[in-house]
Amino acid sequence: MSVNVRIPTILRTYTGGQAEVTAEGATLAEVLADLEKNHQGIAARVLDDTGKLRRFVNVYVNDDDVRFADGLATATPDGAGVSIIPAVAGGC
Amino acid sequence: MAVQSVESSTTSSTPSAASRAFGPAVALSCRECGERFELGPVFACEVCFGPLEVAYELPSGDPEGLRRRIEAGPNSIWRYAPLLPVPADVADLPSLNPGFTQLVKADNLARELGVTGELHIKDDSGNPTHSFKDRVVAIAVQAARTFGFTTLSCSSTGNLAGAVGAAAARAGFRSCVFIPHDLEAGKVVMAAVYGGDLVGIEGTYDDVNRFCSELIGDPAGEGWGFVNVNLRPYYGEGSKTLAYEICEQLGWRLPDQIVIPIASGSQLTKIDKGLKELIALGLVEDKPYKIFGAQAEGCSPVSAAFKAGHDVVRPQKPRTIAKSLAIGNPADGPYVLDIARRTGGAVEDVDDERIVDAIKLLARTEGIFAETAGGVTVGVTKKLIEDGLLDPSLTTVVLNTGDGLKTLDAVAPTTGPSAIIRPTLDSFREAGLV
Repeated sequence: MSVNVRIPTILRTYTGGQAEVTAEGATLAEVLADLEKNHQGIAARVLDDTGKLRRFVNVYVNDDDVRFADGLATATPDGAGVSIIPAVAGGC
Repeated sequence: MAVQSVESSTTSSTPSAASRAFGPAVALSCRECGERFELGPVFACEVCFGPLEVAYELPSGDPEGLRRRIEAGPNSIWRYAPLLPVPADVADLPSLNPGFTQLVKADNLARELGVTGELHIKDDSGNPTHSFKDRVVAIAVQAARTFGFTTLSCSSTGNLAGAVGAAAARAGFRSCVFIPHDLEAGKVVMAAVYGGDLVGIEGTYDDVNRFCSELIGDPAGEGWGFVNVNLRPYYGEGSKTLAYEICEQLGWRLPDQIVIPIASGSQLTKIDKGLKELIALGLVEDKPYKIFGAQAEGCSPVSAAFKAGHDVVRPQKPRTIAKSLAIGNPADGPYVLDIARRTGGAVEDVDDERIVDAIKLLARTEGIFAETAGGVTVGVTKKLIEDGLLDPSLTTVVLNTGDGLKTLDAVAPTTGPSAIIRPTLDSFREAGLV
């Protein structure tokens, strides 16, 4: 299954400056593994040493934050949009 | 003047000419892994995605001289310019000049709550756009000017949008701000009146935040300074001035306990940073203090994590009248947990009914009409005292971060005229008010 992955500015050194790339995989974990295959080093930026999502990385599959879904096991349907975004906040 | 490294600053070099626009700031430092970066419009660590914050070489060796210099400064946050990432002549540049708001000794409220020590309300509704946001935006505007941005922007739960709109108008920037479409009417009007673009987004604050993060990486956002995204390291430092002012207004004394609202958790972490700086600089006596975080029950991810003994914060979908605190995925949540535990404080939450009761309690006892976030801090203070977690015999400061006129909807259903009468004395007597 092919998905479109939006790459944040700080990871574009791994994608040759591209803001969006395609990747294959039925789950987020598979998509990240495929990204790593084509853009070596990118997975270590998104995942910590234990293979979990880093706590200051937010990942969305379409409009859903994967932390509200199944995390790395979240399904990535064909044509889905995956966004990797550094955590930020406003408010107090 | 000698320099002293504070917080994560470890370098002993003096600031370069290029960084003089940032005063004593020397670098950006990752709070997670400690990696350091040049001062620039970046907010996330390239190594681990952790948040970047400003590292300083602050003036030291002459606390009396520094104290005199501060006291002789303007009645705004710029009196603390030697401790902020701003140029030395910042007070001469166009700005809303926020800060130095009242610290109200709340004796009437203290009696109601059974507080025998000193109770103070730090009333930040007195800022130019009636919330603490003017502090953080003022610092971000200076950074935007230095980086050559021409448009100021933000994702906002309402207060920030107004603060950015007003600051942009004063400082000569274009503004375009983004809010959830269903905010309180008062906040929407206040955000729009300054003439910049205001965009309502169909979604929660977290959705707005995500949108802005994506806009930054897109050509459409080129040249834009998002005060709480790519200018966030500078913006956050504005909250330190709350700590500075509280201590100066207490006679250069640390409070024993502070109750602070939590949305992203940024303000609480920066107040802690400010207190630690004052201690390191010798401006206040080094003694323990406790920091308490306050959330609304309908959006209490940090409070839930604190009570469960967790180090990580599980995001929630917000559902509360305290919309300025309705951030379900608080970026600084883990740091808030660390600080509350390190200082011996706590994180607590109150439901919407108690928030409204607390707004009315503060208004009735002290003549301060707080927005819902102020209802949260006062309500949580009451609960902490009832539960024996906050010591009523000590000096306590409670933050009110915004003006009740912005959240009239919260109290309007249960607040109104005591009577409506004909314009006659008989009618007045019949109303039973005498």
